[in-house]
Amino acid sequence: MRFALSTEQKELAASVHALLSSADLQAVAARWAAGDHEPGLDLLGRLAKIGVTELAEFPVELVVVFEELGRHAVPGPLIESYAVAPALGITGDLATVALPPHVPYALDADVAAPYVVDGDAVCRAEVGAPLTSVDPARRLFEVRPGEWVGTASDEALDVGMLCQSAQLIGLGRGLLDRASEYVTQRRQFGRPVGEFQAVKHHLANVLVALEFARPLVHAAAVTGDTRDISAARVAAADAAWLAARAALQVHGAIGYTREHAMSWALLKVKALRSAWGTQTWHRRRVLTSLRSR
Amino acid sequence: MDLDLDAKTLEFRDEVRDWLAEHVPRDPLPPMDSDEGFPLHREWERGLAEARLSAVTWPYEYGGRDASLLEWLVFEDEYYAAGAPSRVSANGIALLASTLFAFGTDEQRDRVLPRMARADDIWAQAWSEPEAGSDLAAVRSRATKTDGGWLLSGQKTWSSRASHADRAFGLFRSDPGAQRHRGLTYFMFDLRADGVTVRPIQQLDGVPGFAEIFLDDVFVPDDDVLGAPGEGWRVAMTTAGNERGLTLRSPGRFMAGAERLVDLWHANPDPRVADRVTDAWIGAQAYRLYTLGTISRLAEGGTLGAESSVNKLFWSELDVALHDTALDLLGADGELAGPRPPGWQSGHLFALSGPIYAGTNEIQRNVVAERVLGLPRGDR
Repeated sequence: MRFALSTEQKELAASVHALLSSADLQAVAARWAAGDHEPGLDLLGRLAKIGVTELAEFPVELVVVFEELGRHAVPGPLIESYAVAPALGITGDLATVALPPHVPYALDADVAAPYVVDGDAVCRAEVGAPLTSVDPARRLFEVRPGEWVGTASDEALDVGMLCQSAQLIGLGRGLLDRASEYVTQRRQFGRPVGEFQAVKHHLANVLVALEFARPLVHAAAVTGDTRDISAARVAAADAAWLAARAALQVHGAIGYTREHAMSWALLKVKALRSAWGTQTWHRRRVLTSLRSR
Repeated sequence: MDLDLDAKTLEFRDEVRDWLAEHVPRDPLPPMDSDEGFPLHREWERGLAEARLSAVTWPYEYGGRDASLLEWLVFEDEYYAAGAPSRVSANGIALLASTLFAFGTDEQRDRVLPRMARADDIWAQAWSEPEAGSDLAAVRSRATKTDGGWLLSGQKTWSSRASHADRAFGLFRSDPGAQRHRGLTYFMFDLRADGVTVRPIQQLDGVPGFAEIFLDDVFVPDDDVLGAPGEGWRVAMTTAGNERGLTLRSPGRFMAGAERLVDLWHANPDPRVADRVTDAWIGAQAYRLYTLGTISRLAEGGTLGAESSVNKLFWSELDVALHDTALDLLGADGELAGPRPPGWQSGHLFALSGPIYAGTNEIQRNVVAERVLGLPRGDR
């Protein structure tokens, strides 16, 4: 038993974090949301150069990378391209996959090669009308199955759910970092608002939720078990949502604006809670597996 | 990264499982802090000690078996799964012993630890005072130097196990001119010594799980000072970290509780409670995995810091949520305090103390915010 990241895995996280820290993610996301993909594609190209597109066979490395992608609220069909498409035998740079009923729409189908899983068939997708997500950087499209390209596996959906859990942990962590920084700088009543215990306790609760959700995500990556993946997703989405609520609350009105980067992460958490299975569905999957023990 | 138990650990697990299957009393013992329950729990501890299971991680010479932290965790899993008796020796084994390993002399270890392992001495903790609860550095009980030792005077309260225990450990102000964290000394003292009066206090469950201790010029030899005089705060804080961080609440308690909760849900699968049952089960898994992470870090030379507070917040809240859910599933029978339905009401009452003892959760949240998140300390 050794339940800790290796030095190499920590270095991988650090290199992704360093790369993303050097980019203006808010500007990238805003332009991506407006349909101007160029800066985003450039960023994804740089991520590909450090190897993030080659991790599909390595679930622990995948979750390590997805936590960083979430932490920086990187836009794009990341789960689809890095994890789901490879699990379906789809090759190529940027792909997007709809897997109804849990993932009914294709993310960024105007910039990535679109596919849809139709029962046990993997098909090219015929792209229909665009839909508006609550997260402006998630550009969704209706899709219909087109040409058959292969046979689907259940693992594709599960690896997507696993990566999303890690992404949610990262989003929560990014929100907590922003909130901690903000309350240290923002002054009211002659002192930083972070001195107030009511504020401290909100943020401490977020840290606790994230710290205890992360081991579930790592364990699910190790075992690949569907129950473990759903348990991880339940805890990760709840922790990320707690982080979003707390970050919004401690930012006050400035957080309730599209102008502030924090709100983009909040909206992404809101969107992701509904994608890749609802919390209710995941909880049912856990409890059902406990019944059949 | 892997979660596999090695052959040695599996062999140890099987030994523990077999021993418990053979020895755990069929009917639960009376509460450990009751007059009738205390001696029975001491007897149970002696049986554990004979099998070298009372303090598995300790060195062999003190009555342990040099077990790894992973083996300790596995022992705890099995212990709670078997429904074995509460550990009346826990204050000593989980708290004082780690302080002795860190700060004690060889003479102190040789004298104190084997008796602790065999439950010849059962230890109470004597931290809080009427004016020093969350604010432990406000302790006023004093230690005055005398020939060959010290004279302790003052009052301790909420002292767990003190109603029946043999000895106690705690902080006393040895330098009357020093303030707050300075001038404190860590003492071990005899609860049967001249000048000690113990007044048991009934807890919420009607059992005297803690007590007040009144000390009136109680002589304690120099040999029972743990660490250097005046260094008591630093000595005590290692114990406090262990209490919250790892050894006090092993995952076994919550894993066994979650399994029993799932069984209870099977008997009455009320869909309105399903999500809470699921969350309690997930929480127990999270706690076990987090602990495995801690054990892995410690095995590689890491230390426990403010994450002890993160840990304490999680298990104490999980324990309350898990038992709340069970009582709701029991319907009107949730009111019954035992023996039928077994254990849930007493478990719930015990869980309610979790957010208070070992440093209230409000204090822990301050610690997490300031030491982990780096928020400004400011005035209280």
